[in-house]
Amino acid sequence: MSVDAPLLVVEGLTVSFRSDAGLVRAVAGVSFAVEQREIIGVVGESGSGKSQTLLAIMGLIDSPNAVLSGSIRFMGQELIGLNRRALDAIRGRQIAMIFQDPMSALTPVHTIGNQIGEQVRAHEKVSARAARARAVQLLDAVGIANPDRVVDGYPHQLSGGMRQRAVIAMALSCNPALLVADEPTTALDVTVQAQILELIGRLRDQFGSAVILVTHDLGVVAQVADRVMVMYGGRFVEEGSKGSVFRTPLHPYTWGLFGSIPPMDGERPARLAAIPGAPPSLSNLPKGCAFGPRCSFRHDACLVQPPLVGGNGHRAACALPETSRKRFHTREVASIETPV
Amino acid sequence: MLAALSFRLGQMVLVMFGISVVAFLIFFATPGADPSARIAGRNASQETLIQVRHDFGLDRPLPVQYGLMMNRLFVSRDLTSFVNRGQRVIPAVMGAIPVTLSLVGGAAVLWVLGGLIVGVIAGATRGTFIDRALMILSLIGVSIPVFWLGEVANLLTQSRWHDTWLFSWVPPLGYIPLTKDPWGWFRALVIPWFTLATLYVGLYGRVLRASLIEMMQEDFIRTARAKGIGERRVLLHHGLRTSLVAFVTMFGLDFGALVGGGALLTEVVFGLQGVGKLTYDALQTLDLPMILATVIYASFFVVMANFVVDTVFVFIDPRARDVR
Amino acid sequence: MVNVIADQPAAPVRQAADGPWRTAWRKLRADRSAISAFGVLVVIVIASLAAPLYAHYVSHTDPFVTNLNGEIVIDGVIQPVLQPSTEGLGLGMTPIGPTWRIGPYLLGADNQGRDVAARLLYGGRDSLLISGAAAVLCLTLATFLGVVSGFFGGIVDISLSRILDVLWAFPIFLLAISLSIVLIAQSIQIGPFEIRSGSLWLPVFIIGIVYVPYVARPIRGHVLTLMQAEFVTAAIGLGASPWRILLRDIMPNVVTRIIVFVPLILALNMMTESSLSFLSIGVQPPDASWGTIIQDGQGLLYSRPIVALAPGLAIVITVLALNILGDGVRDALDPKSSPRGI
Repeated sequence: MSVDAPLLVVEGLTVSFRSDAGLVRAVAGVSFAVEQREIIGVVGESGSGKSQTLLAIMGLIDSPNAVLSGSIRFMGQELIGLNRRALDAIRGRQIAMIFQDPMSALTPVHTIGNQIGEQVRAHEKVSARAARARAVQLLDAVGIANPDRVVDGYPHQLSGGMRQRAVIAMALSCNPALLVADEPTTALDVTVQAQILELIGRLRDQFGSAVILVTHDLGVVAQVADRVMVMYGGRFVEEGSKGSVFRTPLHPYTWGLFGSIPPMDGERPARLAAIPGAPPSLSNLPKGCAFGPRCSFRHDACLVQPPLVGGNGHRAACALPETSRKRFHTREVASIETPV
Repeated sequence: MLAALSFRLGQMVLVMFGISVVAFLIFFATPGADPSARIAGRNASQETLIQVRHDFGLDRPLPVQYGLMMNRLFVSRDLTSFVNRGQRVIPAVMGAIPVTLSLVGGAAVLWVLGGLIVGVIAGATRGTFIDRALMILSLIGVSIPVFWLGEVANLLTQSRWHDTWLFSWVPPLGYIPLTKDPWGWFRALVIPWFTLATLYVGLYGRVLRASLIEMMQEDFIRTARAKGIGERRVLLHHGLRTSLVAFVTMFGLDFGALVGGGALLTEVVFGLQGVGKLTYDALQTLDLPMILATVIYASFFVVMANFVVDTVFVFIDPRARDVR
Repeated sequence: MVNVIADQPAAPVRQAADGPWRTAWRKLRADRSAISAFGVLVVIVIASLAAPLYAHYVSHTDPFVTNLNGEIVIDGVIQPVLQPSTEGLGLGMTPIGPTWRIGPYLLGADNQGRDVAARLLYGGRDSLLISGAAAVLCLTLATFLGVVSGFFGGIVDISLSRILDVLWAFPIFLLAISLSIVLIAQSIQIGPFEIRSGSLWLPVFIIGIVYVPYVARPIRGHVLTLMQAEFVTAAIGLGASPWRILLRDIMPNVVTRIIVFVPLILALNMMTESSLSFLSIGVQPPDASWGTIIQDGQGLLYSRPIVALAPGLAIVITVLALNILGDGVRDALDPKSSPRGI
């Protein structure tokens, strides 16, 4: 594989679930690429499909009612439909995943060292002693004090932040090219959050990993991501470099997200701003643009799903003409900042 | 950890005391008949009754009676049966313990292995035909009264099919001591082992399956899968290992109860002179001293088993070690 | 120029969801094995209750009267009910085997010449009645103790729990046996109630008492959890009286647990009752239960096995049906399981 080729290429990924209410589409035709050593932030509310996207990449959707289509190519290999053994060779070795809740992520009856060592020995031929040594090294690298004591300790003896670090250490144990993180800081308090994010930011330099970070928190994205994708109703509605998206967001939903961040200075608003309405039920998606019912700028063209368009690597799926966008954005920002 | 253990030990002593009191009250303080008549057995003469009343201090206050009884049971250990004159009750119970231990021990090996196999396979193949078949068989196993199953087993192995190659090796009903004839000991116990184990294999298989299925929904299983270590290892090393806690706890309690005399029905049906059979015979003849002794010793076994289970629990579940 | 439609966000559509009882009922009805099991149980209950009818109209014999010299007609030939043994040493008498015809001695006779099939039905009646009554006693008492313990907490909880613990430490079987021998021989008096020695209420009482800790403990645990639940804290915060909380918040949740216990306790009671009766310390003659009939059949096991086999089979079928129904009820009431099963 050449140095410049993207690590992961996802094309038209669709994840649906058969249910009594019919086919529910959690992820509807998502496409993106992750370059080596790149950090991607995926932002979205609950139910936007962001977690399902990650699980699909890892092959961890085990519901018998799930239907996957599209393509997920990792280092040239197609992951959808891959047999179990090949998948297991990649998981934990080339692609690693960390989950939201560190409190329940580790098996309670085995030591930390045992669990890290297990992953190492599943993919590499090393002795138990060497695996344990590697575990100690990793725990140290993620900033855990007394790693040689923690390695023989049990998960319940660690705090949430420590556990998440241990989980990250475990995920990195085989030097994966890609780390996939599903809301890794949501269950942690703010100070710990900052430390974990800083660690994730360092991963690129220290371990050479690319990272896909899923979150609902723009602040998290602001801290570490290179590129940002905004997800809504199972689709990407905006994507671009962090600077570009944060400076000139192009989609009304993104405007809403930024607008609902409470201001740090200035006059204290009487009410917290919020995007009106509620996220759509995935079994009952509106026709056309999923954000339509909540958008102040909805018009006839919005009844057809707009494609992602834009230049300079910054695209948005919105039917509003680009020329009018800036004007509407300013109006929107103004309206949100002074709620009635 | 030492503090926790001594705390539990203290609790165990207290519970044993409680049990002895309850047993004593049941036999000596139920309103109605005269305890001396019960102790002396049926058709006792007047002199015997007076003797009994004196020996057991039945004209003294209850706590004194209790003390005297406990003394005869544990300290002087000279409690004698009135039905089999002169038979000392305690040595009789002691002699019966190896029989019960042999029966329950062998059955336990069978049912633990069986339960593990059934539970793991059913849990791993959840929803398939194999799972359903195993669960139905387990359910049937749990629904068969053990004494009836024993009778049916006897019917087949001692009578109907005894002359065929299938069961010609089965000896007549009864226990053969291990020290005297190991092969005979084994032959005599095989059928009882399987009979006793049937109920428990069904029970443990079902419990383990349910526990495993529940455990496999946990977050840490998802993490384990994401590590690419292979589904079998995820199931056994992470799923089963965590479910074992409940399994072992149950096992300890059941084993204790059976050794304490819960295997009574099996012993009766197969003519094995264990603690349970001793209790049964005493029941038939209303040999109160013997009944009292077996009941109390049995209960002690159970309490001891509880204690052992609690201790083992601390070893297999690391979370329990640090919690007081 | 762009037309902007100032739309109101679409209001969420409100659909009345099924309440928990209706969902449970729907799930249960869809569970075919549970329904079949229930059907089997209904048949067994009706057949057992119809025992006197059977004895009168079909078997024409009194199943409680010894009939050593009785005779019946098979295919026009008069045969004595008890015939000289041909097996083994040829000593003693063997009762006749099943005729497999509707009429007297459908399942043959026992060693006292009595009609096995008729006794089977009567035995079923006693077994079922005892198990049922014991279950009612057990569940009522256990619910009361469990709820009181969990609800009031404090010293009430501690003392009740200790008592239950000691009771539970006694191996169930030995407790039942101990109580049985002590009580079977004479009558007991609790306040104004007197239970005579041969009465069927004794096994009911014993079996009912013995399983109380088994049910009371989980119920107490459940009540304790509920007391911590937010909706209860909210009710207390709103100033609701203890009675109101008990009746409207706690009890409806506890009722589900109790319902799940019903088939389970019935099954356990049947097994215990048959075991006790087999050991001659449960149902006493002249009454019969499935356990006593198996005991009767012990002596005839090798020569006329049907006497011991039939009641055992009846127990297996009944308990199996109860277990299947119990599984179905538990699955139906569990909010996490899907209506399609698995």
